[in-house]
Amino acid sequence: MKSHVLRPLWVVISFVVLALIIRHFIVPSDFGIHEKGFTYGYYRKSNEDEWKAFKVKYQTKEYCKECHEDKYEENMSSKHGIIQCENCHGPAIDHPENPEKLAIDRGRKLCLRCHAYLPYPTSNRAEIKGINSSEHNPDTGCSMCHDPHQPDIEG
Amino acid sequence: MKFTRRDFLITAIKGALVTTLPMGAVRLLSPSEVRASIKETNVRWGFLIDTRKCVGCGFCVKACKNENEIPYDVPVTRTWVERYIVLKDGEQLIDSPMGARDGFTGQRVRERDVDPKDIAKAFFVPKLCNQCEKPPCVQVCPVGATYQTPDGVILVDRSWCIGCGYCIMACPYGVRFFHPVHRVADKCTFCYHRIHKGMNPACVDACPFGARRLGNLKDPNDFVTKTILSKRVGVLKDEYGTKPMAYYIGLDENVR
Repeated sequence: MKSHVLRPLWVVISFVVLALIIRHFIVPSDFGIHEKGFTYGYYRKSNEDEWKAFKVKYQTKEYCKECHEDKYEENMSSKHGIIQCENCHGPAIDHPENPEKLAIDRGRKLCLRCHAYLPYPTSNRAEIKGINSSEHNPDTGCSMCHDPHQPDIEG
Repeated sequence: MKFTRRDFLITAIKGALVTTLPMGAVRLLSPSEVRASIKETNVRWGFLIDTRKCVGCGFCVKACKNENEIPYDVPVTRTWVERYIVLKDGEQLIDSPMGARDGFTGQRVRERDVDPKDIAKAFFVPKLCNQCEKPPCVQVCPVGATYQTPDGVILVDRSWCIGCGYCIMACPYGVRFFHPVHRVADKCTFCYHRIHKGMNPACVDACPFGARRLGNLKDPNDFVTKTILSKRVGVLKDEYGTKPMAYYIGLDENVR
């Protein structure tokens, strides 16, 4: 059957088939509609596992306790026991292998995060002992006088 | 062939068995088995923020940026803390320098000295992705790169995202940004890699005051769920109909 209408139609059909074949190889097999339906769940399923495999860096106090139990006990008995070790010592990652030594932040600015006096009556900030940084020994490191592990004892 | 009464009864019993057996098999499934077969999980992550406890130290922001490899000195962040100062004449001062990565250490707000006597109320509000039940950012994605997981967290597929930025525009809470290294849209994942190992998100662990908490909203015995069900909590921009899953205690009318 020869027709000037059918011939371009075959061309179009072959293009569609070709596009579908290419699409089959390009789009991953787990890409499609998942639990949350087409509106919210149209995605590549294996990406969930890729996010789950992301590296954990902050290991929390319990991890530090395994080797540094003396420091842990000392710290937990003080008001600063609520603060994670890694907030000041930096993320442990795979310490002691990587990094072998943690970079401790001893700057005044670290202490000022909580202890810079701010006159905010409706915030818990007003409950924390605060200083005016430009008046309270401005050129000295805080740890010269205060023990960050046990701030109740002035060293 | 003669069809006797005996044949009739045997055929009838066989027929009844054949029709009732599959029905019995269906009825034996318990509701939990049905739920499992359609892959519905019993986890829905939600967040509880107690703004009364927040002191604006910014340890959450620091921990988040380090944990999730967000460039530290670029002004983009997955979570941030806002400072609200409402003066007695009604004027509002709101700031969040570098997302409060280094906390709030001075009384100057937006290059302005505020007299403590003029302050009517002042407080800090931590913000992060609300992991909405009906996320507008997911609806607008033209390629299926951002999605909602079965446990309710919105993630971005970095290998699939084309970086068009529609989702960044669509989010009413402004929690999405363009990742300067990966060149794709980025957002808070509730630390998906940590919560699947039974850990807390990095910001929750870093907060010394317990102002941030993660919980499973499908578990009625979870602390967060119990608090949401029994205490007065609020959500941000409820009028958008996004059904945000980050609940706030002590939310002020000035917080947007």
